[in-house]
Amino acid sequence: MGSGTSTQHHFAFQNAEKAFKAAVLIQRWYRRYMARLEMRRHCTWSIFQSIEYAGQQDQVKLHNFFSYLVDHFTPNNHNERDFLNRMFTEERSPQDSEMENCRDYESIEVPDSYTGPRLSFPLLPDHATALVEAFRVKQRLHARYVLNLLYEARKHLVQLPNINRVSTCYSEEITVCGDLHGQLDDLIFIFYKNGLPSPERAYVFNGDFVDRGKDSVEILMVLFAFMLVYPKEFHLNRGNHEDHMVNLRYGFTKEVMHKYKTHGKKILKLLQDVFCWLPLATLVDEKVLILHGGVSDMTDLEFLAKLDRHKIVSTMRCKTRKEHKKQAEEKGKANQTSSAGTPSPWFLPQSHSLPTSPLRPSTQKAHRAGRSSSVPCGVPLDPKELSHRVRHSVDLELERCRQQAGFPVIKEKEEPLPSASEADPEAEGRREPTQEEWRQVVDILWSDPMAQEGCKANTIRGGGCYFGPNVTERLLQKYNLQFLIRSHECKPEGYEFCHSRKVLTIFSASNYYEVGSNRGAYVKLGPALTPHIVQFQANKATHTLTMRQRISRVGESALRALREKLFAHSSDLLVEFKKHDKDKTGLITLSDWAAAVESVLHLGLPWRMLRPQLVSSLTDNKLEYKSWLKNLAKEQFSHENIQSSLLEALYRNRSNLETIFRIIDSDHSGFISLDEFRQTWKLFSSHMNIDVTDDCICDLARSIDFNKDGHIDINEFLEAFRLVEQSCSKGYASDC
Amino acid sequence: MSQIIQWIEIGTIIRSLGCCPSEGELHDLIAEVEEEEPTGYIRFEKFLPVMTEVLLERRYRPIPEDILHRAFEVLDPAKRGFLSKEELIKYMTEVGERFSQEEMEEMLSAAIDPESNSIHYKDYITMMVVDEN
Repeated sequence: MGSGTSTQHHFAFQNAEKAFKAAVLIQRWYRRYMARLEMRRHCTWSIFQSIEYAGQQDQVKLHNFFSYLVDHFTPNNHNERDFLNRMFTEERSPQDSEMENCRDYESIEVPDSYTGPRLSFPLLPDHATALVEAFRVKQRLHARYVLNLLYEARKHLVQLPNINRVSTCYSEEITVCGDLHGQLDDLIFIFYKNGLPSPERAYVFNGDFVDRGKDSVEILMVLFAFMLVYPKEFHLNRGNHEDHMVNLRYGFTKEVMHKYKTHGKKILKLLQDVFCWLPLATLVDEKVLILHGGVSDMTDLEFLAKLDRHKIVSTMRCKTRKEHKKQAEEKGKANQTSSAGTPSPWFLPQSHSLPTSPLRPSTQKAHRAGRSSSVPCGVPLDPKELSHRVRHSVDLELERCRQQAGFPVIKEKEEPLPSASEADPEAEGRREPTQEEWRQVVDILWSDPMAQEGCKANTIRGGGCYFGPNVTERLLQKYNLQFLIRSHECKPEGYEFCHSRKVLTIFSASNYYEVGSNRGAYVKLGPALTPHIVQFQANKATHTLTMRQRISRVGESALRALREKLFAHSSDLLVEFKKHDKDKTGLITLSDWAAAVESVLHLGLPWRMLRPQLVSSLTDNKLEYKSWLKNLAKEQFSHENIQSSLLEALYRNRSNLETIFRIIDSDHSGFISLDEFRQTWKLFSSHMNIDVTDDCICDLARSIDFNKDGHIDINEFLEAFRLVEQSCSKGYASDC
Repeated sequence: MSQIIQWIEIGTIIRSLGCCPSEGELHDLIAEVEEEEPTGYIRFEKFLPVMTEVLLERRYRPIPEDILHRAFEVLDPAKRGFLSKEELIKYMTEVGERFSQEEMEEMLSAAIDPESNSIHYKDYITMMVVDEN
């Protein structure tokens, strides 16, 4: 008995020990597997982000191209002059009197055969809900109702202050959503999961409703509808993509013209105005500030609250050639910053220098007098008193805005006005923002938080700044705020806290880069204003995929994009590789490969880690670079008869090309003339040092299907060479 | 300078460098590289020499397939070739360096054959190994 039991115990103990060791082994192995997966996810994410931001840097290149144009190109005839002028003359923003003409939507007939939703005003909650349902089943709203809705939306927005004040006393909870970027599925999902807007359920949408996704129009319609139905509970902030210039490049303009062929232009015109009437920020209980991008060390909420936001038509600065000439003359005199040095086309962001700019704001505080505190003060108040104050200051703001909306305001400008001899009747009626006004708005729409202290120019995006924890802290203290909610950046989990939880980034477009790339999220603020995050991923298919499968799909997509980019730089890469191969063996080491690739692409990616995915075969642990480059080319295109260097050039400059085409196509017809195309290409290629003959261009153009005599259909051209994604492929739920 | 800053845990980094430490070994390693007053962050200057030594000594080598297979067999004494879902959960979450619920769910999603509700470990291991490469 005794020894038997002890033997049994002994065995049992041994078995338990064995099982323990076995379990540890399995767990150890599994955790390493997951860690490698995690690493792959990080790499994939880095790829997407770096390519996205590098794309934004393209704007700088475009800027340089046009500077080059101005410096080297003298128009020989009036056609060429017109051509250039179109790029350098600002389009007038519609005056109020012109806005009345937009009522002519009333003359647009809706055929009986139209089965989509019909709207009547004033809108009722049921109409808004019906609209969501209609869009969910893929119906399209008729242009007449689109215009009508936009017109009504504008009327409402004009009355709102720059900084919208919201109180949680009226509705119990507030839900804040971030970027949607045309992804209607995500919006529908949010309403499904969180509930439709109502007097008890307030919403704030923090900008970037449009561009990139395929349903930007529908999202705007839904958001504006709810805004009209629940004006006190439903709030919108402007994002950097609520901007007709940005829309030219990132897809919204194209979407509108594609969905509304007859009335698209009218819709775009009205939208341009509606966008600049969107409020710049929302303040909840005087404690939580919600704005799209971020802040800078110069952010002045009082100043922001008082400026005429309507003047900021686009955060892309405008400057005419006339102004350039005038300033070029004065160049010698003043200590001007770079923004005055070279002229810039009206659609490009100016590089603006930060704090050391000589163009400091003069104290234009004339409007201060007589206003009660419109800005949070330092004394804590009880909720009732607080909401009373909020209401009171809101009423004052409304009053001021109503007064303002009726009359054109001519403010003093900081910059010297064009001299009398160059006075031009067009310029006088225009209302331009001052440098300081423009900069304050750009800062809050474009800035990103960073981990380091301080504040520096956001060179990657080309606008706004990077702001550190001390900048946040100072701002929160100055205005007695609890924390900041912003969007503007995609995050893998849909949200991210930083600056000791004083800044919350919230991003609501799930699967933004690719199916499975990231979750979306929204945040709810209860009466205590503690944030409660809810995450989601709209594509059902991703739920059934394991992390492994999700990451591998996204990874594939990222790698494809990366290979494309590598191909686009083939010539430069070859030059770099040769530098590492002095003995002309045709081989280079992997370290050299990694160094060369980074020096050409400047993406800051871990090339050595990505190597197995990008380089398939090695000879003696070295890479045969010429055949590697050839393989890259083979993957990319099917038009063998087109000169590969031309194709390479097209790929490298694709986003700029599309933008240029769309600018030339100023009436949004979708067509540019063959001559314009040739001219543009000639200039572009000479500046970019692309060695391509005229004949080659003609061959290229001829290989595309012309719809009309001597006209090129932009979309066909770009899509024929896979220069843009097919408009239907992005955003659809996967089949798997 | 890359502007893209992401938070990666030190364990993830060490594991993706080819090492396969257990949790206990990982904690020891972290203790070596941590600051005297733990800030929650590791400094590269401290990490590099320690990690270099680990790699040169070939410490915490990854586990070969057959050893892994034998480990599963220990938990499956009847040598059926599979573990039931409940058994897997029991072992992974109650024995050894226990899995969190999240880790368990993630493993189950890929490992369990939904029809038999069990994990056929030989196939599972093969699949994971192929996948890694």
